[in-house]
Amino acid sequence: MTARPLTALWVTLWICLAAPAGAQGFAGLGTDAEGFALPDAETTLTFPEDHGAHPEFRIEWWYLTANLRGDDGQDYGVQWTLFRSALAPEAGSGWKTPQIWMGHAAVTSAQEHRFAQKLARGGIGQAGVETAPFEAQIDDWSLRSLSGTGDPLDAVELQARGADFAYDLTLQADGPLVLQGDDGFSVKSPSGEASFYYSQPFYDVTGTLTLPDGDVGVTGQAWLDREWSSQPLAEDQEGWDWLSLHFDDGSKLMGFGLRDASGGHFTSATWVSPAGEVTAYGDGALTLEPLETVEVADRDVPVRWRVALPARGVMIETTPLNPQAWMGTLFPYWEGPLKFEGSHSGRGYLEMTGYE
Amino acid sequence: MNAATFQALWSHWRRHKVQLATLVMGLALATALWSGVQAINAEARRSYGEAAALLGQDQLDRLEAPGGVTEAQFAALRRAGWDVSPVVEGTLASGLRIVGVDPLSAPPQPALSALANDTEALAAFLGEGFLLVAPETAARLEAQDLPPLRPSADVPPGTAITDIGVALRLLRTDRLGHLLVARDQPMGLPELADVTTLRRVTPEDTSSLAQLTDSFHLNLTAFGLLSFAVGLFIVQSAIGLAFEQRRSAFRTLRALGVSLRRLMVLLALELGGIALFAGIAGIALGYAIAAALLPGVAGTLRGLYGAQVSDTLSFDPLWAASALGIALLGVAAAGAQALWRVARMPLLAPAQPRAWAMASVRAIRMQTAAAITLLIAAAALAFWGGSLLAGFACLAALLIGAALALPVVLLALLRGAALLPRGPLGEWLVADARQQVPALSLALMALLLALAANVGVGTMVGSFRTTFVGWLDQRLASELYITTRTPDEADAIRTYLAPRSDAVLPIWSVGITLRGAPATIYGVADDATYRDNWPLLSARQDAWDRLADGDGVLVNEQMARRDGLDLGDPLQLAENWQIPVVGIYSDYGNPQAQLIAGTEALAARYPEQPVLRFAVRIDPERVPQVIDDLRERFDLPEDALRDQAEVKALSLRIFDQTFLVTGALNVLTLGVAGFAMLTSLLTLSSLRLPQVAPVWAMGVAPRQIALAELARTALLAALTWALAVPVGLALAWVLLAVVNVQAFGWRLPMQVFPGGWFWLGLWALVAALLASVWPVWRLMSMPGGQLLRVFANDR
Repeated sequence: MTARPLTALWVTLWICLAAPAGAQGFAGLGTDAEGFALPDAETTLTFPEDHGAHPEFRIEWWYLTANLRGDDGQDYGVQWTLFRSALAPEAGSGWKTPQIWMGHAAVTSAQEHRFAQKLARGGIGQAGVETAPFEAQIDDWSLRSLSGTGDPLDAVELQARGADFAYDLTLQADGPLVLQGDDGFSVKSPSGEASFYYSQPFYDVTGTLTLPDGDVGVTGQAWLDREWSSQPLAEDQEGWDWLSLHFDDGSKLMGFGLRDASGGHFTSATWVSPAGEVTAYGDGALTLEPLETVEVADRDVPVRWRVALPARGVMIETTPLNPQAWMGTLFPYWEGPLKFEGSHSGRGYLEMTGYE
Repeated sequence: MNAATFQALWSHWRRHKVQLATLVMGLALATALWSGVQAINAEARRSYGEAAALLGQDQLDRLEAPGGVTEAQFAALRRAGWDVSPVVEGTLASGLRIVGVDPLSAPPQPALSALANDTEALAAFLGEGFLLVAPETAARLEAQDLPPLRPSADVPPGTAITDIGVALRLLRTDRLGHLLVARDQPMGLPELADVTTLRRVTPEDTSSLAQLTDSFHLNLTAFGLLSFAVGLFIVQSAIGLAFEQRRSAFRTLRALGVSLRRLMVLLALELGGIALFAGIAGIALGYAIAAALLPGVAGTLRGLYGAQVSDTLSFDPLWAASALGIALLGVAAAGAQALWRVARMPLLAPAQPRAWAMASVRAIRMQTAAAITLLIAAAALAFWGGSLLAGFACLAALLIGAALALPVVLLALLRGAALLPRGPLGEWLVADARQQVPALSLALMALLLALAANVGVGTMVGSFRTTFVGWLDQRLASELYITTRTPDEADAIRTYLAPRSDAVLPIWSVGITLRGAPATIYGVADDATYRDNWPLLSARQDAWDRLADGDGVLVNEQMARRDGLDLGDPLQLAENWQIPVVGIYSDYGNPQAQLIAGTEALAARYPEQPVLRFAVRIDPERVPQVIDDLRERFDLPEDALRDQAEVKALSLRIFDQTFLVTGALNVLTLGVAGFAMLTSLLTLSSLRLPQVAPVWAMGVAPRQIALAELARTALLAALTWALAVPVGLALAWVLLAVVNVQAFGWRLPMQVFPGGWFWLGLWALVAALLASVWPVWRLMSMPGGQLLRVFANDR
């Protein structure tokens, strides 16, 4: 289950025509799809085909976050996201294609949070995803396969560039792709909204960050999420708090809480063993408790959390690398690297949306 | 005491209501013409600013290529990381200007603000598509077959902003116009030159609309100033007369103990009040004039420069305030002399009306000296000026000098006329005319200015038109002109036309930067069409041969004048391309430098330049059929095919529209001058009783006196007209040979149109006679007793 790259849903809202009157924020996403394909549990994901775009679905993303350590001794976080949002369920071509693409990239250190945004339409060679060889791209930002054999996503090169940063990273997977939910069919709410969803949480990263003060060599871990759907949110859901955690022992935990209008948290979690075995946990297994709120971009955002998954004996507290990791993009949200301590320790990423 | 004194002063206006009306109307007219022109200029400039800011194009660099930018070139730049955004512009057959933008990459701009915070609107803009248009444009376009319209106050009139995909479809092209280069780029990009062959143009390189149209507005301003000056003549004559008539009142008031200071202050207040009232009236009138003329001006600017100017006038309080200021200033200028005279008037000077005329005789002597100085200055400026400002100074000196010289020349002519043998009545007529010249001089000067402006501008426009028509005939020698969209289409059409026409001549051009300014090089084929028809001002004998051999270029007159080029001068066109000038051609209406080179020479230097335009030689009778065939076979858009007759008609229509405003202002100026005549004659009619009464007493019938009066006015008007013609021709010469060269870079051969002068003379006579009908009627319908009283009052 994921609510994670739900940021992309904002894009849908942004571009989406069919938002019912009065629907604000995320609520508009829960509407019925109009001619768009809907995920179904019977479909089996096939690779490398499903690494590519699914224009018949309304929204889709290639979402990568990395926790890095620089040769300057500092911690860094890197984000790279490509969103696809369709105005109509067809690929189209040329300037009149209904496929709209948006890229977000960020480099976060303890002192600075640098980010950039790209917008483009498909059909004219400016943005899109190819499967042979695999490349997801918008302008000069790309996520490109380096692997000659095996799955194309086993080894990738990641590049992006903004006004005051650039990065060029090589990612090597040392574990399998992880199908979320029921073999990649990920149910999102009691009323049945769902998406196709898989991840590659086992990347080792090496590469270079280019910052205003010069280049920094980095190494670390990264997590890739792939998801596509046409109506992934229930109407009363307002925002979410999402975590991806790399445990020091090699385990991974993905967890989120969807906040509804009444203030309740609908939670979900996926435990991934170091070997890639997946255990999914439904609502209530995971608890999320805000510990500290700071003012970010003129609003209060809970940047420290207590995360508990008793079924796995997990009771940890997270601390952001930079509490001001605000993505001041077209649709703003908080997204940044963190460390956690407690029953377990490790690093990860936190995303929070819907804080007005 | 102030109140009583003021009442005494004001009683004059109560008794002379027509005079007051004259003063107010004169001032209002002057203010109206001046401020009306200012309002038009301001509106036009505002529109230019809007148009330039529309896409932030006034600030951002552009990437361009002749023939346009391809989708692949755009994508390649984006994929190299460069933040560039495509724009396509074009005009539909309906005249609607289409601007296509990509809202996903476009820099922030006011015109797209409607989309910035409205996600649904953006989705619709990108999805099914709509046109953002000004509300006034929306109303005009409603019935047309276009995508849905959405009104937006941020879009300039006559323009539609839409998604680039919609724009390309509407304009039926696949080429982008240009790419805007965002000011802030990502760090560490590759050099632009390594990524693209497109040419980067900074905004300084492109002549902005404001620059292009400056000359046009300068002309308008000059006209406004002229009208204002003519209006001030009326004001000055009215104020002068009123002060003269109140001399006795001033004397009485002073004798009763009103201090000179108090009198002056009260008179100044009185004039100020009148100016304020007249100024407000003038603002209203000026607004009306501007609103009436603006559509014409907008049409002109659209046609000439492609500038979009709103048809409707907005009201600017600052403009109103400045108009009021100019009215007060005008009254101050016109009234200063009168006030000064009051200040210097001896307390007990006899209050004789003739004193005004006498003073004027002395003034005329000074005036003559001033006139001679100004005319000499005008001549000097014409020959040694060398700038646009000097050209206008020359115009001003010429007109004012000629106006000032008018009375003395008229007096000399009338003195000469007196020598001709006549009966007693005839002699009286001439002598009386002479006596009236000082009093009428201001009105006659206004008439002279109006007539001269009419002759001058008429001559200029006529010369321009004749030359322009001849030039069009020469230059548009081919019967059909085709603009294609892609090189493939160009090839296909060329192949198709080859067996169906006498010749298909490529028209292609390369934009270069020459001596820091943009220039265009056209490549022409070696064809009799050019040899026989192209209008060369000066050229080497073998100019066309050398052009064909790639051994010379032709330059347009603008460039030759600006850069001081002459035949044989070498020109560095590119790094390894130096080539001599072998001819200079006239290129009316083009503000930029232009060159013509042989096709092969140009193709060798710019091999990738696509040839997208053609001129086709063909039997004129077959043109409509060929147009239909081409349109059907190649699905060509409306503006891709132009036949010669259509181009000529369009050019002439644009031309005529250009001078529509000039014509309107001409008529207005003449009207103002006629009004000045009327008012002067009206006031004179009451002053002239001592001259008329004796003639009446000697037994001349009132009808005969009336005829004599009319004849005298006609005589003065005719003489003024006779003097206005040479002044007008001098004015035309300055406009054509000095101002035009400075403003546009080309000189026009002057041609005279005597037929027009005849009609103008007739109009001047009619105006003068109309102006004198009422005064004469008043004089004639005066009861005999009043005329007799003249003798009773005789001193």
